[in-house]
Amino acid sequence: MSDAAVEARLSTQEEERDIKMRARGVSVFYGQKQALFGVDLEIPRHAVMALIGPSGCGKSTFMRCLNRMNDTIDSCRIVGDVTLDAEDIYDPAIDVVELRARVGMVFQKPNPFPKSIYENVAYGPRIHGLVRNRQETDEVVERSLTRAGLFKEVKDRLHEPGTGLSGGQQQRLCIARAIAVSPEVILMDEPCSALDPIATATVEELIHELRENFTIVIVTHSMQQAARVSQRTAMFHLGNLVEEADTDKIFTNPEDPLTQDYITGRFG
Amino acid sequence: MPATHTVTAYDDELRWLMRRISEMGGLAEGMVADSLKALIEADTALAQRVISEDVLLDRAEREISEKAVLVIAKRQPMASDLREIIGSIRIAADLERVGDLGKNIAKRVIAVHTMAQPKSLVRGLEHLSELALTQLKEVLDAFSSKSSDLAVSIRERDDEIDAIYTSLFRELLTYMMEDPRNITACTHLLFCAKNIERIGDHATNIAETVFYVATGEQLSDERPKDDDTANVMAPPVDD
Repeated sequence: MSDAAVEARLSTQEEERDIKMRARGVSVFYGQKQALFGVDLEIPRHAVMALIGPSGCGKSTFMRCLNRMNDTIDSCRIVGDVTLDAEDIYDPAIDVVELRARVGMVFQKPNPFPKSIYENVAYGPRIHGLVRNRQETDEVVERSLTRAGLFKEVKDRLHEPGTGLSGGQQQRLCIARAIAVSPEVILMDEPCSALDPIATATVEELIHELRENFTIVIVTHSMQQAARVSQRTAMFHLGNLVEEADTDKIFTNPEDPLTQDYITGRFG
Repeated sequence: MPATHTVTAYDDELRWLMRRISEMGGLAEGMVADSLKALIEADTALAQRVISEDVLLDRAEREISEKAVLVIAKRQPMASDLREIIGSIRIAADLERVGDLGKNIAKRVIAVHTMAQPKSLVRGLEHLSELALTQLKEVLDAFSSKSSDLAVSIRERDDEIDAIYTSLFRELLTYMMEDPRNITACTHLLFCAKNIERIGDHATNIAETVFYVATGEQLSDERPKDDDTANVMAPPVDD
């Protein structure tokens, strides 16, 4: 192989190492209605990417393409490619259950299972066969709750119902549940919209810490939150990706007038 | 800005800041112009008025910073809005300094009004102040129109002020060497000239702020900013 070819190959590998997920020409249709129009977006590894845009702009739809959550909607049709570590996640050979373990999700409203705190976290690792015995399960539960910043608060009541926790604690329980199966990517769909400012700050601090080990994609309606927690920001409008850049740039000097109007509160 | 904010009170707040800055600019310009007029015409009453006006400028600066802080706290401004608000704070600080420099010239009027002043020097100072005031006026226009091109050309023009200041500096030195009785008056005039040169520098600062507000980019610091007088030697004295 020539030097140039070796170099080209190395630089491709280098690039692949830095890109965790990549979407190419992703369009989504709900029946006749097209919700996303040919989105190309690279999601950097071990970073937080914020997806912003007005309601109905397609940001949640896009995020749901990343772990095939849209598969659960009958009328939904997706074209284009989405890769996870350069592997096509829409390949028929892909096990969707395993994919969703690798690409976890946290929803807008905390939705703990109607079970104990312990069982909420232990459920995933058990069904994915990540734990063999009680001791390993205990370890995973404690580690996940600790990482989610919740263990200290709940360690004496692990067997009480998860639904008995406060809103902020429930959301951190859901994050603990998501990270218990050791995902590579965590998708968060407005994770703080139902939380008070203190619980929001706790979750943001958590996102900051999780970034070291996970790749995070967060949909948020709070511009300030996007500016605080993310390194890259993508702006969607009417199903199109309008602009994607370093978060610092987007919130001080965006290129696109649509982004400018949206983040400064001049929309519509 | 093409569109208005969804929250109209936010637009009102930004407009208030812009209006207040332009009022401050007018006040600062007037103070400097009056201080020069007072100097040339040895008008101590006018000088006193300039000195008393400085309070208004200080108050305006405080009001602008307080309002800007409040808008940041309430609206969490982003992008161009944020740059405009930060720009207002910086420009208000520059204008407040311009007022101080005008006030300082006015104080010197009271010290030198009884002394004879060489006509050519006074004309030189007049010319210098006209240039500095034009810079100040245009840079405030550039701020209200968010014109980055105008800001750049204003910054380029500061060289002219520096050159005239340097030649005035030489001239003043010569007068002082010719007759030591000129020293008191010339030293005061030298400070006046330096004050006007500094006003030009504040106009340059404002131009840089305007460029940032308009474009989101910082101007590079290629332009030589300092006056040349640090290198001026006293002319040789004939024994």
